[in-house]
Amino acid sequence: MNDIYIIITASLVATTCGLLGCFLILRKMAMVGDAISHAVLPGIVLAFLFSGSRDSVTMLLGAGLIGILTTFLIEFFHKKARLQTDASIGVTFTWLFAVGVVLISLFAGKVDLDQDCVLYGEIAYVPLDIIILDNGTNIGPKAIYVMGTIFLLILVFIIAFYKELFLTTFDPAFANAIGISTALWHYLLMSAVSATTVASFESVGAILVVALLIAPAATAYLITDNLKWMMVIAAISGIISSITGYYLAVWLDGSIAGAIATCAGILFGLTLVFSPTHGLVFKKINALEVSTKPSN
Amino acid sequence: MEKEISLVPALEVHDVTVAFDRKPVLWNIDLTLPQGKLVGIIGPNGAGKSTLIKAVMGLLPLSSGYVKLFDKPIDDVRKRISYVPQRESVDWDFPASVLDIVLMGRYGKLGLFKRPRKADIDVAMDCLRKVGMESFVNRQISQLSGGQQQRTFLARALAQQADIYFMDEPFAGVDAATEKAIINLLRSMTDQKKTVIVVHHDLQSVPQYFDYVIMLNTRLVAYGPTESVFTQENLTGTYGGKLTLLTDVGDLIRREGFPNREAK
Repeated sequence: MNDIYIIITASLVATTCGLLGCFLILRKMAMVGDAISHAVLPGIVLAFLFSGSRDSVTMLLGAGLIGILTTFLIEFFHKKARLQTDASIGVTFTWLFAVGVVLISLFAGKVDLDQDCVLYGEIAYVPLDIIILDNGTNIGPKAIYVMGTIFLLILVFIIAFYKELFLTTFDPAFANAIGISTALWHYLLMSAVSATTVASFESVGAILVVALLIAPAATAYLITDNLKWMMVIAAISGIISSITGYYLAVWLDGSIAGAIATCAGILFGLTLVFSPTHGLVFKKINALEVSTKPSN
Repeated sequence: MEKEISLVPALEVHDVTVAFDRKPVLWNIDLTLPQGKLVGIIGPNGAGKSTLIKAVMGLLPLSSGYVKLFDKPIDDVRKRISYVPQRESVDWDFPASVLDIVLMGRYGKLGLFKRPRKADIDVAMDCLRKVGMESFVNRQISQLSGGQQQRTFLARALAQQADIYFMDEPFAGVDAATEKAIINLLRSMTDQKKTVIVVHHDLQSVPQYFDYVIMLNTRLVAYGPTESVFTQENLTGTYGGKLTLLTDVGDLIRREGFPNREAK
């Protein structure tokens, strides 16, 4: 049963991240996802200190605010201080992440928060934190409910506002011209990324969540030319990574989160070579066919 | 300036200055355009042509002055304006089909939560037919040529069924046949009293294409009906006499006079 709990949690994380990752990649903001996932660390710690518990709602709010602050700071450094985008991302998230690390070490005694766990995640503990109803029924681990809720919220967000997200991603100038605010959708999307990152940090950790934000979406990008399918494929690829990653970890007796991220990377590598549309092998075959045709 | 009394002006720009980093890119622009005209904006690189249309649409903050479309502030008439950005401003490797892009033209009218319906798809197909792209409807946009990309953007603008169209270099990188098809389409739009404002580069074609011309070089050099404004003197004022082409255009104008559109 524990296997199933872990795999379900990982799949929910991977699917949610995969859906959002598609938009991050297409907006050329993959590194902003990276930045947010690190920068929410102080948000997590502060929410811990204030609420005194790992109460998810407070944490999501705290991290959501920090996430928006991160996005805002990156834009601010880039536009007002005329710093290059990558430099402003680099400055912003390392700084916020560092503040988070300092906070953890300062309050390590006061909060029930383990540095390694925050950074690397410990999905193996998911089955330990279960919800037991008043009548004593065990309804499964808390993480599944938290991640499940986030997954549903993100899914509804993307389905309801697909049109706006699609347009502001593809052609922001046109969107603004017809009165659809790019800034609003930018910040909403970034809040969604922040919320997802925080909800996932317990299971995969602040660092590895980036792998799940980017790798499945990048894999899907190489397979399809349709945004809706790209999201479906990213989700499937995330689930495959979760399942194979879990068994790889069991087999190697190693870190589950690490193995899942590794599998996501391997899946990307395989797609890069063998994708029927953009794969290297297929392109090579096509090129050969074209080059041999005139001589025939 | 010639003004049609029965109609409110399509566009009124009042003392508009736009600056980046305190350096003005547009300085004191003041102009009024009537409805139903095909208007060309010309000027050298960095003259602020694209900046002018972006500022008019409220995509850039104005340092001073104001803009009115159909005698109303821009935000009241968003649904009546359409924009064709420069082709290179978007990523054509985006996972989307031609139909997906053209349907974007319907988004402004749809509003939140609503999806494009059959009627919107019909409008989109109709617009694709007008630009001769109906057979490409399900084509991935990454597989389009430059001219086809431009026509897709044009179809998207048409799908908006707007009253005023701003186009940023719609002829850049398209072949002669596409350019001709586009100009005929724009002409049929102005025949229906739509106003079309085009950022343009090729001076030779200005007298044939445009009813009105705006000559820009950070400041407004001249604007008005092409016959009276597109003169050697104003061209020198706009381009500073740097281009030898200018004298060629001047010669052309003197030798052939202006083509008479009514006679076609």
